[in-house]
Amino acid sequence: MKIWEMTAVSIGERIRQGEFTSEEAVRSFLDRTEGEEERIHAFVHLDGEAAIRRAREADRGIREGRYAGPLAGVPVALKDNICTRGIPTTCCSKILADFVPPYSATVAELLERAGAVILGKTNMDEFAMGSTTETSCFGPTKNPWDVSRAPGGSSGGSCAAVAAGEAPAALGSDTGGSIRQPASWCGVTGIKPTYGRVSRYGLIAYGSSLDQIGPIGRDVSDCAALLEILAVHDPRDATSAAGKNGFPGGPIGGGKPEEALRGAAGLRVGIPEAYIGEGTDLAVRRGILQAGEALLQAGALVETFSLGLEDYVIPAYYTIASAEASSNLARFDGVKYGRRAEKAPEDGLHEMYKKSRTEGFGPEVRRRILLGTFALSSGYYDAYYLKALKVRTLVQKAFDRAFEKYDVLLAPAAPTTASRLGESLSDPLKMYLGDIDTVAANLAGIPGLSMPWCLDEAGLPVGIQIMGNRFREDLVFRAAFACEALRGSWAEVWKREGGECS
Amino acid sequence: MKQYETIIGLEVHVELATKTKIFCGCSTRFGAAPNTQTCPVCAGFPGALPVLNRKVLEFALAAGLALNCQVNRYSRFDRKNYFYPDNPQNYQISQLYLPICHDGEVEIETAAGRKVIHIHEIHMEEDAGKLIHDEWGDCSLVDFNRSGVPLIEIVSEPDMRSADEVVAYLEALRDTLQYLKVSDCKLQEGSMRADVNLSVREAGSETFGVRTEMKNLNSFKAIVHAVEGERERQIELLEEGKKVTQETRRWDENKESSHPMRSKEDAKDYRYFPDPDLPPVTVSEELLAEIRSRQPMLRGEWERWMREVWGLTEYEASVLTSSVYMAELFGETAKLSGNGRRTASWLMGETMRRMREEEVEPRDLKFSPEHLAALIRAEDEGRLTPHSAKKVFAAMFQEDVDPEQYMEEQGLAVVRDEKVLEEAVDRVLARCAKSVEEYMGGKEKVFSFLVGQVMRETRGQADAESVRRTLLDKLKK
Repeated sequence: MKIWEMTAVSIGERIRQGEFTSEEAVRSFLDRTEGEEERIHAFVHLDGEAAIRRAREADRGIREGRYAGPLAGVPVALKDNICTRGIPTTCCSKILADFVPPYSATVAELLERAGAVILGKTNMDEFAMGSTTETSCFGPTKNPWDVSRAPGGSSGGSCAAVAAGEAPAALGSDTGGSIRQPASWCGVTGIKPTYGRVSRYGLIAYGSSLDQIGPIGRDVSDCAALLEILAVHDPRDATSAAGKNGFPGGPIGGGKPEEALRGAAGLRVGIPEAYIGEGTDLAVRRGILQAGEALLQAGALVETFSLGLEDYVIPAYYTIASAEASSNLARFDGVKYGRRAEKAPEDGLHEMYKKSRTEGFGPEVRRRILLGTFALSSGYYDAYYLKALKVRTLVQKAFDRAFEKYDVLLAPAAPTTASRLGESLSDPLKMYLGDIDTVAANLAGIPGLSMPWCLDEAGLPVGIQIMGNRFREDLVFRAAFACEALRGSWAEVWKREGGECS
Repeated sequence: MKQYETIIGLEVHVELATKTKIFCGCSTRFGAAPNTQTCPVCAGFPGALPVLNRKVLEFALAAGLALNCQVNRYSRFDRKNYFYPDNPQNYQISQLYLPICHDGEVEIETAAGRKVIHIHEIHMEEDAGKLIHDEWGDCSLVDFNRSGVPLIEIVSEPDMRSADEVVAYLEALRDTLQYLKVSDCKLQEGSMRADVNLSVREAGSETFGVRTEMKNLNSFKAIVHAVEGERERQIELLEEGKKVTQETRRWDENKESSHPMRSKEDAKDYRYFPDPDLPPVTVSEELLAEIRSRQPMLRGEWERWMREVWGLTEYEASVLTSSVYMAELFGETAKLSGNGRRTASWLMGETMRRMREEEVEPRDLKFSPEHLAALIRAEDEGRLTPHSAKKVFAAMFQEDVDPEQYMEEQGLAVVRDEKVLEEAVDRVLARCAKSVEEYMGGKEKVFSFLVGQVMRETRGQADAESVRRTLLDKLKK
């Protein structure tokens, strides 16, 4: 087995045991990337020399005993909206082209402190606005399962990198499904933690009340190991939660498969029926029902129920996210950093703003800024923004009720498998509606994990999503480990079903 | 001409005297080199997040309680969205929907008598940076050192009717905030800024007229001029049958006139909405109780204490309470020395004279109350002549020397040694034989001349009474 085929946790283990060094691991992924990137285009900033330097530094730290954690020496890719000191961070937008942050996001610091090696920055939809990674100013990322298809988005670069073996693990961000949906389309595992679980300091904001950074890996263990490192209270983020209640923390990987299976016993699982109803691909519906059936067989209590409000979550989500974005993105004005438009002699300040922002933002970002500005305008605020906040409260209450009955909810992470490149750009509304399975978790601030389950007829991965109550990642992981044990090795599943990845 | 009534409401911005900024750890010190007190947060960098400085909340609560406000136990920050280069995020974090305090009142006193001015609300917000327009180069520069300096905005009800009342209200605010030590409230330096909302109406009318808002008022004088100027301008318009336009105007103190900045038509839509980066501010009963228990005496209470406990006159009390630091210095020194009268005279005399001469602010005075009290005790015990006491004080004023030690080192203690005194008297009598003759001849006035000569002989350190006694004894012989 080549290093690039291993999971993050097993790479960490072998580095600790001296089987190979961090530098060798990084080189293995760089070599793999060199072969794959032309087809996949998962990375937007990748400096191999620098990554190797960081790996040597990690190796020294491991030798000197400074790094002893499970991911010491393990390479990790970061989505390009996570600030990294000295490494370009552009949100894949022209307006931030050449921006090199003078500071690192808290998550980047935490990874470095754990001895992990930042490999490079991955592609994403511009400012995380999109569901296919096609709105990136650097061009789209391709789905490793079928390069004519999109990897999903907005963390499409991170998910594709893990799926293609270009990185063992990555960080993404999820505002309305941006970790879970591409994880589902790329056949990898990703979790959007509870809002407040992971610090947002240094994450370039899209919708501040919805944004959450989360890990993406080959399996559930990798996500748990990464989240263990990231779930730290950060005094620099006022929305960061104190304490670690409801976090697994215990033995990573849940021990042996038999033990993971035992976690299913007595687990109360609810399947919100609208999530597998009309508009959901047959293959996706079948995947969820099979997973539910497997859990039932393993001793879980599984039933469908009506969560409610499904018609309102998309409009509420797009109103709130766009409103916050319209204000969050105001700072990109060409004054302090990033791109400033050429100035005509007669141009005043406002011309400079207008030209810089018009040239710097792509059409999807402009659309959402306009939408959000409108929703916050005097005379419309009550009718749109306030109303959306009320829907949000109702959605939270609906989940509260659901979690009185169920430990976790089982649902798709996307109503379809990977779409063809170009499809969503021509029909933004259709793309917005594709977020139906993920946005509710962001509105409610609850954790949601997406993991691959099976393949559809076209050989594309079908994912399942497990949602839990706020700060109950322990239950989400318990269910996910059980599902993983029920499913068996993902590589065996897709090989058996005749799939092909990268 | 008809009789008109002037209706005035004030929006007062006060810079809080916290050591660090409202949403980050940068220093608020004034006068540093441009952009040296900045970080990703207050320079509006991507990904940076605000975290509320707890001191700002405590200062705002202290101000609200002292101004008799109701406290919103659940308050929130909102974003005020507008583009301007001095505003790095292109939104200002302020409070619109749920400000920290509301419904307060302040009592003022003018020649017209006592009156209550109601406070509509107090909210917390961040200051903007400073734009510097380069007149030679083709550019503007921005300094973010001030960006994120904490402010409170105190909004009054339209309760004032004259420039006198406006000044009295501002003085009352300033006294209160200075005594709380939440701000130094200097209009000239911009740590206190007042915008005047003014309208006029015919006397007896129940409805308000159209108001204007006046900005750029940097002194009490400018405020008085602006109130009077704007009142006249509006009355003139109405007398001519014209209408007052609702607009923001900028006062030019040099020209003593104002010009419009923007009218209601082009008023901006700030698209306020709750800042998602900052959780709601909840004020616990414990916090409120703690702030209440820490509230210091305000100016009125200090004045009363000085008069009632130390027997100072109203004038003295008013002079000594013009600054909280002076009041505290008096209080400490009087308590330590037990002599309020002498404390008052040192502070109002030598101290204030030197402060004027050397342009020293009360809070920068170097000597401690312990040392001033020691000086006063030495005087009380007759160990220092007034002349020497001034010498000791001069040294204390420069570098807070210990008066006892200084007297010792400089040999300034009163000369009590009879022998030394007698020798000095003998020398004077020998030198001024002619004067002695005159005295003997009945010219008693010469006596005080002889006393003066002895004092000079002892470099002013002899006790005047002893000199007189010794001299008389010797002259009798």
